[in-house]
Parts: sequence; structure tokens; C-alpha cells
Amino acid sequence: MPRACVPALLPCGTTTATLGSVPVEYVRPKALDEALEALAAFEDPTPLAGGTDLMVEVNLAHRRPTAVVSLRDVDELTRWDEHWIGAGVTFARMEQAPDTALAELSRTVGSPQIRAAATLGGNLGTASPAGDSLPFLAAADAHIVLRSVTGSRRLRWDEFLTGPKQTARRPDELIVGVELAPRPERQAFAKVGVRQAMVISAVSCCVLRDPSGETRVALGSVGPTVLRAPRAEEVASHAARLTSSDLDEFQRRVTEEVRPITDHRATADYRRHAAGVIARRALERCLR
Amino acid sequence: MIIRLTVNGEPRHAEVAGWESLLWVLRERLGLTGTKGACEQGECGSCSVVLDGDVVCSCLVMAADADGAQVTTIEGLGTPDRLHPLQEAFVAEGAVQCGYCTPGLVVAAAHLLETNPSPTSGEVKEALSGNLCRCTGYGAILRALAAVEEGR
Amino acid sequence: MSVETRRRVRGGIGESVLRPDGIPKVCGTFEYLEDLHADGMLWAATRRADVARGRILRLDVDGALAMPGVYDVITFADIPGRPYQGQIVPDQPVLCDGEIRHWGEAIAVVAADDPETARLAAEAILVDIEELKPITDVEQALEAGEVYRHFPVRRGDPEARGEVAVEGFYEVGTQDQAPLGTEAGLAIPDGAGGVDLWGPSQWTHVDHEQLVACLGLTPDRLRVHISGLGGAFGSREDLTLQTHIALLALRTRRPVKQHYDRTDSFAAHVKRHAARMWYRHEADRDGNLVRVEARMILDGGAYQMTSQAVIANAATFAVGPYRCPNTFVDAYVVRTNHPPAGAMRGFGTNQACFAAESQMDRLAAALGMDPLDLRLRNALAPGDPLATTGQVITEPLPTAEVIRSVAALPLPDDEPGDDPLRLPGGTGLTTPPDRVVRGVGYAVGIKNLAFSEGFDDYAEARVTLTADGAEIHTAAIEVGQGMVTVLIQIARTVLGIENVTVVFDDTSRIGSAGSSSASRQTQMAGGAVQRAAAAAREAALRLAGGDELDDDGVWRDGRLVMTLAELAERGPISEWVRFRHPETEEPDEHGQGRLHADFSVAAHRAVVDVDPELGLVRVVRIDIAQDVGRVLNPVQLRGQIEGGIAQGMGWAIMEELVFRDDGTVANPTFTDYLLPTILDMPPVEAVLIEEPGTWGPFGAKGMAELPTVSVTPAVVAAIRDATGKALSRVPVRPEDIVFG
Repeated sequence: MPRACVPALLPCGTTTATLGSVPVEYVRPKALDEALEALAAFEDPTPLAGGTDLMVEVNLAHRRPTAVVSLRDVDELTRWDEHWIGAGVTFARMEQAPDTALAELSRTVGSPQIRAAATLGGNLGTASPAGDSLPFLAAADAHIVLRSVTGSRRLRWDEFLTGPKQTARRPDELIVGVELAPRPERQAFAKVGVRQAMVISAVSCCVLRDPSGETRVALGSVGPTVLRAPRAEEVASHAARLTSSDLDEFQRRVTEEVRPITDHRATADYRRHAAGVIARRALERCLR
Repeated sequence: MIIRLTVNGEPRHAEVAGWESLLWVLRERLGLTGTKGACEQGECGSCSVVLDGDVVCSCLVMAADADGAQVTTIEGLGTPDRLHPLQEAFVAEGAVQCGYCTPGLVVAAAHLLETNPSPTSGEVKEALSGNLCRCTGYGAILRALAAVEEGR
Repeated sequence: MSVETRRRVRGGIGESVLRPDGIPKVCGTFEYLEDLHADGMLWAATRRADVARGRILRLDVDGALAMPGVYDVITFADIPGRPYQGQIVPDQPVLCDGEIRHWGEAIAVVAADDPETARLAAEAILVDIEELKPITDVEQALEAGEVYRHFPVRRGDPEARGEVAVEGFYEVGTQDQAPLGTEAGLAIPDGAGGVDLWGPSQWTHVDHEQLVACLGLTPDRLRVHISGLGGAFGSREDLTLQTHIALLALRTRRPVKQHYDRTDSFAAHVKRHAARMWYRHEADRDGNLVRVEARMILDGGAYQMTSQAVIANAATFAVGPYRCPNTFVDAYVVRTNHPPAGAMRGFGTNQACFAAESQMDRLAAALGMDPLDLRLRNALAPGDPLATTGQVITEPLPTAEVIRSVAALPLPDDEPGDDPLRLPGGTGLTTPPDRVVRGVGYAVGIKNLAFSEGFDDYAEARVTLTADGAEIHTAAIEVGQGMVTVLIQIARTVLGIENVTVVFDDTSRIGSAGSSSASRQTQMAGGAVQRAAAAAREAALRLAGGDELDDDGVWRDGRLVMTLAELAERGPISEWVRFRHPETEEPDEHGQGRLHADFSVAAHRAVVDVDPELGLVRVVRIDIAQDVGRVLNPVQLRGQIEGGIAQGMGWAIMEELVFRDDGTVANPTFTDYLLPTILDMPPVEAVLIEEPGTWGPFGAKGMAELPTVSVTPAVVAAIRDATGKALSRVPVRPEDIVFG
């Protein structure tokens, strides 16, 4: 390629550009208490946990945070056991989760690059109706634990998620993790998108079923927040063995209970139909 | 603020402004323009680098968060005189056309082969599913990886 | 022309020579536009319209200008020359002229110390807009007379009728080229009132012509340079940021750089035309086409760009590579308030191919015939007239052979197993193997090569012998396709010299090579290089009185008589050629005439697995047989085929720029404009048919567009085969399969 006339590369280490004149505070606490203090100290703090949602907004100039509290070094947030998933656990780690549905959904989050960085806390904080972890948390009746310098709160998933991209978290609070009650081993997750990888769900679904037959089903991208389908759960929960007409009825009720909209990713009619299909198929997987 | 990080084995530092990305710092402050940006939202993988052992999209890493980190970019894999085997295979198999996705793909593929020396075809595809290529249709990229595996 | 040396030079034609820019590209040292840097440069940012149509009531840049670090802001009023650009009809305001005509139209551009300051300043510009009702429907645009060009075809007997008839409506969505490299550029003032420009281009000379007009410069004041491009596929054929940064550089007397983000890129460059098409095919009982009628309307968007040429392709390839004695087409390209459409790989043939091939399948079904037999029965061959223009095919055109060849390839016999990566829906785990239905579909495509309709289409090249080899000088643009390698191979083969390099000259140093588009540079730039190299070789042999040339110099009877260094001292030998392809002509009022210089054909077969209940598709395999004339570089050729297939497959099942009812774009990012990933792309087998053409170098024919053209209808045909649904629209959406 031509070299003549091509301007020289920037010499290494030179600073030629600043990103505007807005002062930005950045702190990186080493411990949870320090992080909470930082959140309390700033007027409009932005917690950073992975950055795969926040930086998109920053890069597209939709958001210009003035104070960033990075959680990268807060090891307390990465604790994970049978009853607890720390907010800082990445989806890459959760691909190995003992919970089948959690492992399945984690594999569908973005790309390998995204999964390496993106965290459960970030997914909750963003609270997109299409958030991939949310159907599992809703089906598992998870509680989200928030902490601040003044104390802690424990909110059920539907108390925490208040609307599309809206949560009950106060600016000085941090999502520290998710509490999971004992849950059945039979679990299935499914997500519809038109690409074989790296796609935002047009509809997603998680089904949990215990040996007695009690069934819980949660659906994503078909309402302002993730939602459960209680009438469908009822028909699926009534017996340990389900007939095909039970399954038909389950599918039908799911399609009735979802509240989808039409957007550029799918029509409401398709979402409604597909929700029923994948919910039924997820239930069938739990029955196998 | 000033961040200090290790890039391709060398200690580097840069003055960064608040929330700018690691991609910006690598390209504009450290002069490492081999890493490309094409979507600003982690959907194309062109900006892939290895950060503390993980392949990530550097456009989605707040540069300040990379303070103290180990970063490997395309410039750290090989040079024109001493190509990494994958770089050699990418050229030989025609896996490079416009080449804009190539640095990110080579970084992701090299990391895959380091962590999983004999991946199945499915593992290769899943590992590279976050790296978009608009020119090649991916066939030559898969042949390049296969050639490296065979050559071992 | 067949000047070949007796001693075979290494790395000549037919070999998979490695591309010279390959090593810099894999090492990250290749310089793309976005990597260029000049001391003291400013960064530009663009303020764009967020409505599809409106009137600017007030435009106030004072606040932006007053911001620290901001040097300049330009608007329409600041354009010093002709304030409109466009390579065929200059109707696109360089910056919005008061009426906003599409979402994303550029209103003002800021130059500042750094990109973020520029972006903040662009946001700070006050723009009051009175929204107007946009035209978003092509029928409405046609009724309103907003027609860029009507291309009629009237051939044969209007009364002729076939015994079997099928009709169909078809629709295609807007596709974006989505090259991985977004638009970027650098303009450097020369200190003497002129400017040097590096910008995203497929044809620097046509950019130069428009830019000097808009900037009010004499031609010598602007030099348009060639730099590394992250792909093109048609998106760089029209100007985007070039005029803006050149003007800012002239005004601020500072170098100015700009690098579009993905949303800017979606807003700024042309797209593949969306289209609505109605077709009626009639045949006799034996399946001979008797009559084809078509009416097609392409959405040209807000400005003309290359729409006039695109519609000629759509109209003249309306029937596909088939004989038909009676053909009646009305093809329109209309003005709407969508972002402008223009060139994309295939250039108007893709839309027509989707509809026409869908019709052929429908006709075969109505006749109770095998769809391949129907195609073979009507396959266009040398000596036949093109169904639309009547132009007699004089070059090789192996239509029947590409069809037979692709059909002869073995079909995959694998069953969908439990691996989700091999099932529709992938890791989304939507689809158990027992819900999968397989389908197979075929389609055949035809494409013109190089420019048509009497355009004076030429390419210049200069071949200079140096002390240690040879240089090719050209303004032909390497966009990633591998032209640079092929030019070297051609020159090596002709000269006998292995050490050949390509120098990409700016517009002041050499004449036009035409656009890197229309599948033309292997034949056009390659043809020029072939002839210039032959002339250089002749001159060297003559000068030294020899009979052979190689890297050592000139030989006579096996003895070296003059080294290249001596030749260069005595010479210099430098041969310039302007090469033209066979002449074409404009159509008459019935669309008849020798419009095209040459043709090529390809046939695709697609195999898909579909989950009909969810409407999800996994493409299992795509095979192709293509007429390529002669293979110059097997590895690169395969790369063009696989890459082209990926784009055409993407359009079939996932790629669409979606317009809202108000004309704005719903998905201008890679989150929602979906390109195929490595998991979406199936394996490809390609059969290359080598019937040398008469005017391309060594018989080679342009081949880079056809792989994209007929794959789209082949994939849709396969989905129809699996589901039994009519599917008259691309991309095929899950809801089309479920509810269609």
C-alpha cells in the first residue's frame, strides 16, 4: 500500500485528545463497604460491573456518567453458592452453573467476549425486558439483595423490577447478589432470535418443575418486565403426569397471559405464539 | 487520571479521561491502531483483546478499569518477521480480505487455541461467534484454524 | 491477447498467490482510513436529522461555535461551490438545504480538538424543525410522479399468450452493505489553497469531479488519495463525509479527521433498494416461456445517487437467464423520504432475481414440472437474445451447465442431531430435532459485467520497469476483494518479472480506473495492466535487442544482454494504457439494444432446516456453480464466492434495515441490524465453469457479485420446500413462516 503522503502514526504514549471537558470521577474500591461509601458520597453515581451495557450507552452518547464506581476489585460480589449468586459473577462463569436453566441462558448471552465481562448484577441493574437472566430469576422466585451505607433490602424479583429498564434500586444502593430458595432440578430455558448467536431475544422462557408437579414458568420480552404465567402454571402443576391436552392448555394459557408489543425484532402476534410454543417445549424438556 | 497497564508484556501508562474506552486508549493514546472498532457496542468483535486472561471487547471496557491489567493486542501476537502461526495461516488460507475484522479474529482464535488446543468444529464456531466478518463468509477462517491445528 | 513468457514466472495467473497486504493486515499494521493521523489535526462530528421529513425553521450554530475547543461549524450556507452532489444527477445537498428529506441527513458538521468535544458541539447546535408528512410508500411516490427513472421493456408480440400462467407479488426489504470499517477520512490543507483528501472511495476520480465542483476548487487544487478500506460492497460509491472534512480543512487550515460511528454509517451511505414487484409468467404446456410481464418499483430514497443505473439492471434482468420471446416490463425507481438507496453488490439484479426465480418455481409447480427441468428448457445460451433487451449473447454463457453442475453435487445426508449448534434456534434451545423439516431450493442468476448503457467505461494503468522489477500504477481501488493480487499476477505473467508492486496513485498522478464495482476491475484494471505490461515488455526487448525478459533483465539466445538496472538507466520504460471494454449503447424507447458489455451466470442450491412452528431457519449448506471465464487466483476466488453467499443469505433470512411508519430507521446499530455470524454460515461447495471470455485478461470474467445474487431466492425456495408456505418477501421473518 502507498506510504508516501500518508501521515505518520501517532508516536506511542502521546496524548492528543481529551474526551470533552466534563469532569468524571472514577473510583475503584477494594471492598464492598468502600463501594457503598462511594455510592453515598456522589450525587449521581454510576456503578460499573462489567460495562457491557453501560459502555454501549456511553459510546453512543446516550449517557455521560459523572461519577463511576467500579466494582471490578470487589471480590465479595463474586461469591457464589447454592443459595446465593453474587452480583459480580460473570455469565462466562455461569455457563458452568449447576442450575440447568442458568447454564443454558448464560450460553446465549451476547458473545463469548460479552459473557467474559457481563455480570448478573449488571443484567439486573439494566433491567431490560429482554434481560436473559430474568426469566430464570423470576421462575426461581429469586430475591435481589440491595445494600447501602444505611442498610440492606431484600426485594422479590417482581418488587425489584418495576418497569422496562426500571428498578427499585436507589442511586446509593448496590445490587450485591441474588438469593435463591431451594428449587427443582428439572429446569429448562429457551430463547428465540433470528440469528444462531449473539441475538437479543424476541421471546425467552424458563420453566422449573419439581417432582410433585409444581411448575413455574416465566417469560421475557413479552411484557414491560419479565412475567410469570400463573394460570398456565396452575394447569401444569395439577398433576405429576401431564397429558397432551394438559400441554395444549398450558401452551394456550401462556399465549393468553403474555403481554407482548410489536417492534422491529418481532410482531406482538409472533411473540405471543412463540411464547406458547417455547414454554410448552421447555415444559416437555422438564418432563423427560 | 493516569492508568498503568501492561500491554503486550510492556509496562505502559496513559492519561485517560473519565469513561473513555480501552479501545480508544489503545488506539489513540498508546498508538496501537491494530485493534479496530466497528460498532461501539460489543456486537462485532473487531476490538477484541485479551484482558487479564479473557477475550473481551475493548470498546466496552472503561479504560480506567484496565488500570493494573495485562492486555494483549494483535501487535503482541506476532510481527511481520515473526508471524504467529495463526497469522500465517490467515494469510495462506485467504482468511483476510478487507482485513478489518482480522485483528480481533486472530486475537480470539489464538486465545481459543491456547485454552483449548483441540477444539471441535462447534467449539471453534461458538468461540468465534462474537467476531463478525463481512467479506469472507468465514470459510477461509475455519480453514486457517484447521491448518494451524494440523500443523501442530 | 496472449503474450506469455516462455519461462514460467512464479506467482503468475492461476496460482493462489498470497495478497501483498495480507501480512500487514494480520499484524494490525495495515493503515486504514481510521488509522491516519496528522499533527495538529481536528476531529469532525456531524449533526443529523432525527425525522424523515421536515423544514428547518431555525438553525443556530453560535452556541456550538462558542464552546471551548471548537474551531468551525459548517452548514449548507457555507458550501463555496455547487452545494449539491451526486455522481449521475447532483441532487443531494452537501448539507441539508433547509428541507430535511430523510432520517439521518447531515445538517451541520463541527470541527473541534477531539471527537467528544466535536460530538458535544454537534449536539449543542440548535435546530428547530417543522415536521412534514414523509412519503414512505413507493406506490404513493409513483402516483405523485416522484420517479427518478422509468425503464420500460416492450419486446415481442403484446397479444402472445401462454397456456399456463402464474402471477405473484414480491417484496424485498432494504439491505445495508455494513462493511466492517465505517466511513473515515482525513483532509490536509496544502497551504496553498488546496487540499489532500483520504476518504472512503470506490472511485477516486468520480469523487474528485464532484468534490471540486462542491468546494469551488480548480481540479488541480484537490488530490484524492487512496487508503486502506474496511470493505465497501457499494457503500463507498457515493460521497459521504469527504466534502465536509475537505471544506473544514480548507476553512480551518488544519488537518481534519472524521470517523463515523455505526449509526452515522447507516445514516450516511446508500443502501440496497427495497422493492415491490408484480410478475406474470406464461408458458406453453411443455414449459417454454411465452410471455413475461413485470412491474417493479424500487425505493430510491431521498436522492438519486446511482438509482438510474440500478433500475436499468433490475429491468434488463427481470426475466433472469432465460429465453422469452415476449417480454413487457415497467420498472420504476422512485423518490421517497427514506435514506438514499444506491449501489450494493448485485446492483439491481438481486431484487429482480428474487422475484423472477420465485416465479420460475411457481410456474414449474403449475406445469407439474421439475423446477430444474423448466430452467434448463429455457436456459439462455450464446446466440440467444436476452429476453428483455433483445441483445444477442455473443460471449460464452454456460447457463445450462451451471444448473446441471450445481444439481450434480451430492446433497448432505446428515440428520439434525442433539447438538443445538446444528439446529434452528441454536443455543437458544428452541427446537428439538424431531420438529425440524429439511428443504432444498435452487435459483439461477445473471449479472452484467462492467458499466452499461453506452457509458464511456475505461481504466487507465501504467506499468514502469524499475531497477529491480516493475511497478503497476493505478487508481483502481482495493476494497478488500483482492484486486491488488490479481493485478500483480497479470503483470508477472505478461512481463516475466516476478518482483511486481502496485502503487495506488492519487487523482493527480493518473487517470481514472473506473469504479471498483460492477464486477469490473479484474477485467478493466486487469485489462489495462495486461496491455501496459505487454507494451513495457515489448519496449524492453526492443531497447535491449533481446527475446526474453525476467527479474535479471533482458536475455537474447539465453544470454543476459541488459540488466533491469541498466534498462532503467537507459529507459525509463513506462507504458500507459487506457483500456475500454466492448462498446455498449443506450436503450431505445422500448428498452431494446446492446446495453451490456458482457454477462455471467451462476446457479445456487440451498439446503435448510426449518422449525415451521417457530419459523426459525438454519441454513445447512449452500452450493454454487459459477461461470468465471478463467480462474486467476483460486483462493481469492473462493473467498469472493463464500463472502458473497454470506451476504445474499443474510438478506434472505435476517438482514433488513427496518423503517418505521414515520420513515425513521428503527435499527441503525449492529445490535439489531443482524449480519450472519460464523454459526449462521454453512459450508459451501463451488463448481467453477471455465469457458474463457474474449476480452478479459486470459479469459477471466468478473465474478464478485453473482455469488450474492441468486443465493437469496435459493434460500427462500428451500424454506418454501420445507414449509409449503408461499413466502413472497425477503428477508423471510419467523412470523412469515408461522403465519404465512
